[in-house]
Amino acid sequence: MGNVVVRDYMIPANDFTVAGEASSSVRKILTQLGVTPHAVKRTSIAMYEAEINAVIHGHGGKAHVEIDENKIFIQISDEGPGIADLELAMQEGYSTAPDSIREMGFGAGMGLSNIKKHSDLLKIDTEINRGTTVNITVFFNK
Amino acid sequence: MEQEYFHSVTLDKDKCKGCTNCIKHCPTEAIRVRNGKAVIIRERCIDCGECIRVCPYHAKKAVTDPLSSIEEYKYKIALPAPSLYGQFGTNFSRERIIDALKHFGFDYVFEVARAAEIVTHASAQYMKNEKIKKPVISSACPAVVRLIQVRFPSLIENLIRIESPMEVAAALSKREVHDKFGIPFEDMGAFFISPCAAKVTSVEAPYENKKSNVDGVLALKDIYLPLLDIMKKQKEEIPEQFSLSSAIGVAWAGTGGESQALKKGRRIAVHGIKNINAILEQAVQEGLNDIDFIEALACPEGCIGGPLTVENPFIAKVNLKNEIDKISRNDGHRIHKIDNVDELIWKSTVEYRPIMQLDDNMMKALEKMQRIDEITESLPGLDCGACGAPSCRALAEDIVMENAKETDCIFKLREKVNDIAHQLHQIDDMYPPD
Repeated sequence: MGNVVVRDYMIPANDFTVAGEASSSVRKILTQLGVTPHAVKRTSIAMYEAEINAVIHGHGGKAHVEIDENKIFIQISDEGPGIADLELAMQEGYSTAPDSIREMGFGAGMGLSNIKKHSDLLKIDTEINRGTTVNITVFFNK
Repeated sequence: MEQEYFHSVTLDKDKCKGCTNCIKHCPTEAIRVRNGKAVIIRERCIDCGECIRVCPYHAKKAVTDPLSSIEEYKYKIALPAPSLYGQFGTNFSRERIIDALKHFGFDYVFEVARAAEIVTHASAQYMKNEKIKKPVISSACPAVVRLIQVRFPSLIENLIRIESPMEVAAALSKREVHDKFGIPFEDMGAFFISPCAAKVTSVEAPYENKKSNVDGVLALKDIYLPLLDIMKKQKEEIPEQFSLSSAIGVAWAGTGGESQALKKGRRIAVHGIKNINAILEQAVQEGLNDIDFIEALACPEGCIGGPLTVENPFIAKVNLKNEIDKISRNDGHRIHKIDNVDELIWKSTVEYRPIMQLDDNMMKALEKMQRIDEITESLPGLDCGACGAPSCRALAEDIVMENAKETDCIFKLREKVNDIAHQLHQIDDMYPPD
């Protein structure tokens, strides 16, 4: 299988106390591997946003991570309600988060656009009532 | 290399019992127990002093200069940290403490609190620049700067690039003494009276790679009794004869002092190394761009909770508050400042120190990571610390980095002993052919 480091994480639903643990763990691994601080930071932000999305909207889910010499691939999937209008959801400031979530400082509608900004490849598969899978790739030498 | 990894925090081997308290509390996993004694991995240590605080046998200590070292200089300058004022209780005012320092043998006292006001003024100017990276993170606590250097390199650009009050006090006091009394610079020795070990390290091995203006660091706990003795022999009323710092500078000794002094913007004050770790983690992940300033002090309650202080930090806090209230009544909010704040800006920057990195070669690092994963999986996962590493994963890392072996784990050792016993038993059953 070559030199690939693989990680799998569970993302619990609606539990903000553990939200961000997966991306925090990945940040430590990338630092140990000697990835540049800039690429580590981009990965952390992108993965954290996707993780939080799964907590808020997706009733939790899971994260699968593969790291090789050149890049990190992150797949975050949930079995939540899906995204009705992906193009609209990608716009900065668009949010469907309920007030209770916004009051906690989340759900400002920056999530997906922020992921796009901090990743090199972004592919989102979504189906209403079936769930959403976010595929993020960050290249280390960019 | 010696210079680069100088540390104030050291181990007294005779007192160390080889327990797991320090390895469990170290925020950078810089301590291991080997052959029954703790060992500090020098390049990882950030001198936060957490191990000094948790060691039940007082085997961890901070190396500071002996009180007698002030005798090496003709003209002796004391730079008391404002935390000193919280140590003695209501009968001992700041005026009395400063007077006692003079009786102790210092020719001149320059309050670090005064320099803190100058830094406050410079920081407020600095924050006006709209191009700076938010949140701005205080660089006053050297343990925090070093934590960022080793664990949060992407936040280096958020650090405020202004000299610490201690450095400012040392430089300005010497200039003041030179201008007032014509004393040559080479005759002067400036001594910081310190609540912590991290300051010693920042004098001996400054992270901005320049020579410190501080000539020595005395531990607050060493000078505490001599000062108390002097004060007890004195009359209570001391005439005010020097330019004292205002409430703003004195408040820097506790959590919230530095950030409140800035007056503008959304500011938070974080204290305790674990809390700082958490907020920095959040700053990396979420950006925290809606916060303008993060004050970060590694010790609980700020510098008054430093490992070289004497008084309980919560009592020191109320002592300090009394002093601050008194100053506020007398003096309003006068603040010391200097006109040319550019002179306080760092001349060079702090650098990323990738000490957590497994290998310079990424392919080899990936291989090592895979082996660490495999070994971690095979360990019991109790994080008991009996092997001398803080967690099973840390032991796996040590094994792969060839600093430990699998049988350091007592569970692995037991498995191995069982195996051998089993084999012996099998051999025992084998009889030679008749």
